[in-house]
Amino acid sequence: MASIEISPDEALALRARHAEVLHRPLYRRLMAPLLVVGAAAYLVFCFFFFNVAGVFANAQWERAGIYIADWYSWEATPRFRFAKDGIEVEWTRSLLGDNPNPDWIEGGKDNYVVSFGGADNQVEISPGIVVVVESGRRYDIPISESGAELSPDAPANMSLKGGRVTVDYGFIGLAEIRNTQVLVRHRYLGWPNFFFDTKSPFFGKDLGQLWADASSPERIEARMPNWQLIIVEFLYNSEWQHLDVFMKLLETIVMAFVGTLFAALVAFPLSFVAARNINPNRVGNWLTKRAFDLLRSVDMLIWALFFVRGFGPGPIPGIAAIFFTDTGTLGKTTTEALENVDDRQREGIRSVGASPANVQRYGVVPQVAPVFISQSLYFWESNTRSATIIGAVGAGGIGLKLIEAMRTNQDWENVAYMVLLILVVVFVFDNISNALRSRLIGRSGH
Amino acid sequence: MATLDQGGLTDAGRVVHDHYRALVRTRRVYTILSLAALLAVLLGALWFANAANSGKFFERLPYFFDFFIHFQPDDAMEIVRALFDLPSPHADGSFKYDYEVGRVYLIGDLYLPEYFYQMLVTINIAVVSTLMGFVLAFGLCFFAASNITGSRLVRFAARRGFEVLRAFPEIVVAGMLVAILSIGPIAAIAAVALHTVGALGKLFFEVVENADMKPDEGLRAVGGSWLERVRYGLVPQVMPNFISYALLRTEINVRASTIIGAVGSGGIGEVFRLSIGRDHAAKTYAIIILLFVTVVSIDWLSGYLRKRLVGQSAFQFGG
Repeated sequence: MASIEISPDEALALRARHAEVLHRPLYRRLMAPLLVVGAAAYLVFCFFFFNVAGVFANAQWERAGIYIADWYSWEATPRFRFAKDGIEVEWTRSLLGDNPNPDWIEGGKDNYVVSFGGADNQVEISPGIVVVVESGRRYDIPISESGAELSPDAPANMSLKGGRVTVDYGFIGLAEIRNTQVLVRHRYLGWPNFFFDTKSPFFGKDLGQLWADASSPERIEARMPNWQLIIVEFLYNSEWQHLDVFMKLLETIVMAFVGTLFAALVAFPLSFVAARNINPNRVGNWLTKRAFDLLRSVDMLIWALFFVRGFGPGPIPGIAAIFFTDTGTLGKTTTEALENVDDRQREGIRSVGASPANVQRYGVVPQVAPVFISQSLYFWESNTRSATIIGAVGAGGIGLKLIEAMRTNQDWENVAYMVLLILVVVFVFDNISNALRSRLIGRSGH
Repeated sequence: MATLDQGGLTDAGRVVHDHYRALVRTRRVYTILSLAALLAVLLGALWFANAANSGKFFERLPYFFDFFIHFQPDDAMEIVRALFDLPSPHADGSFKYDYEVGRVYLIGDLYLPEYFYQMLVTINIAVVSTLMGFVLAFGLCFFAASNITGSRLVRFAARRGFEVLRAFPEIVVAGMLVAILSIGPIAAIAAVALHTVGALGKLFFEVVENADMKPDEGLRAVGGSWLERVRYGLVPQVMPNFISYALLRTEINVRASTIIGAVGSGGIGEVFRLSIGRDHAAKTYAIIILLFVTVVSIDWLSGYLRKRLVGQSAFQFGG
C-alpha cells in the first residue's frame, strides 16, 4: 500500500482527536492474542486430558478403510479348505446366489485359481503349496503343519503374521493363506441384493425381466399375483429390511411431528399464564416460568431415558421427551415475545369495549403468532434431527436401528443406506418447514 | 363479524361487502380444512406411534407412575452420598452402593467425586468441540458469503458442505470412530465438532452477508487484498456476533455431548444411562441434580457473556 505523507502537526492533531482509537489500554490490545493463546493452551491441556496420543497409537485405522469401503461395495469371502480329498470351497454371507460360480475362480477338486483382475495378479491354490502371482512375478508359498511360509524376496503387500501369509491386492481384495485353508476376499462395487435378497425368485433379474414377470399371468407363487410378489419381496428383503427401515424412519418423523405439535399446543396457552403483562398473578407467572426452566434444563436425554423405563422402547418415550423439552423452550421464547408486545394494540381493542378474551385474541395474538409459528417450525425441523439421536438410547425410530447396525460392525452398508435416507428426510423437512414459514408469515419473518 | 345493515349500502357498496364476505368464507373453509387435515395426520401418527411402541400407552401409564413411586433412594441423604462419593450405611457390596469406587484422587486424600469428574469430561468435550468447530467454521464461512466470495461454485460447495455436516447424524460419526478408536470421548468430540462446523458455518456466513460493506469498500479502494479485506473490513464487524453464536452453541453442545456420551462415548451421559438402566435411584437423582445445576449455570454464564459482548443494542447490520 502506498504511504500517505502527513506532517507531525497533523499527526498530533489526529492522535488528539482519535485518542480512543490510537491509544487503547494495554489490556484491550492484548485481549485478542491472550484469548488465542488461552484457547491454544486449553487445547494442549485437553490433548493430555483425553490422552489423544495414546488413543491414536492404539487406533485400528485399517478398519476405517474396510468400513468406508463397505459403504459402497461388498465382499465375497470364499474359503478354500484343505480336506482329505482335494479342496472344499465354502461360502459365507455370499450374494452370488445358491450356486456361486464367479468368473474369477477357475479350476476344481484339488487345484483352484483365484484371479484378482487378470493373469498377472492371481493366487493358485493346491494342497501343500500356494502360488501367488503378483504383478507378473510368481512366489511359491509352501504350507506345512506349522503354517505358511513367506519367501524373503516377497514385495511389501505380502506379509507373514502368526503362520498366516496375507497378500493384499488393494481394493479388489486379498488372500489369507493359513495351514488349513485359504481365505479369499473379493470386493464388488455396489450390492446385487439391494432390491431382492439371494433367496428371492427375482434375485439378479434386470428391469425388463421384472416387467415380464410382473405382466405375465403365470403366478410364481400361488398366493398372490406377481406384481404384488415383487413388492413384497422388495420390502421384506432379509438383508436390507426395506420395510423395517421405512417404518423406523416414519417413527422418527412421527416422534418429531407429534412431540413438537403437542409442545406447541401446550406451550402457547401456558406462556399467556407466564407473561407478566398479561397475567397479573405473580405467583402464577413465577411458577409457570420455573416449570418451563425445569422442563428445558432437565435434558432431552434424561426425559428420554425416564420414559423409556416407563413405556418401554419405541416412539412414545421419544414423543414424550421431545414434548417435555420443547414445551419448556417454546414456552420460554413465547413468554419473552409476549412480554415484549406493543401495548397500543391492546389498548385500542380494549377501548372499543372488547371482552378480555377478545383483547388477547385481536390485540396480542397477531403480534406473537409469527414468532411462535416460526419458532415451532424451526423446532420441528431440528427435532427431526434430534429424534434420531434420542432414538439411539431406546426411544425408537431409525436411531435405534442405526446403533444396532453399527454394533454388529458388519452392516456398514446398511448404516450408509439409513444415513442417506436420514439426509433426504432432513432436507425434505427443512424445505417443507421453510415453505410453510414463508407462506404463513411472509418472507420477511425470521 | 358484526353484520352491517345492508339496506344502508349503495349497490356498489353491497358488491364490495358481498365480495368481502365471500373472501372471509373461503378463508374460513380453508382454515377448517387444514386444521382437519392436521388433526387427521396427528391421530394417524398417534395411532402409529402407539402401535409401534413395545408397551402400549394406556396399558403402561399406571406402571409408569409405579416406576416413579418405586424409583426412590433408601433415604434422601443417599443422593448426597452418591453425589460426593461418600460411603453408604446401606452398603451390601453390590454396585448400587459402591459410591467410593469411582473417586478420582488428585493429591493425597483429596479426590474428585466420580460424577463431577464425568461432568468435567462432558463439559470438556463440549468446549473442545465448540472451539474446533468455531475455528473451522470461521475459516470456511467467508467462502459461503456472496458479498465477499464471487465464485458461485465455491459458495455452492461451501453451503452444501455446511448443510451435509449439519444433517449428518452425529451418532454415525461417533459410532464409526468408536469402532476405530475404541470407546472414549474422542469419538464424541469429533462427532460434535463436525456438527458444530455445519451449524456455526451457516449462522456465520449469514452474519457476514449482513455486514456493512463500507469498510470493505474502503479497503478495496486503497488496494487491499482479499485477505486484508476479510481481516480488516469484516472480521472486526462480525466477531462479536460470531462469539455470541459460539457461546450459544456451547450451551447446546453440553447437551449434545451428554447424549452422545449415553450412546457410548463416555462422560456423564454414559454413567447416567447405566445408573438408570440398573435401577440405582440414588445415583440417578444425584446425576440429574448435577446435570441440572451444570446446564443452568452454563446457560446463565453464556447468557451473561453474550449480553456483555453484543450488548442490549446488538450492533446494527447493513446500512
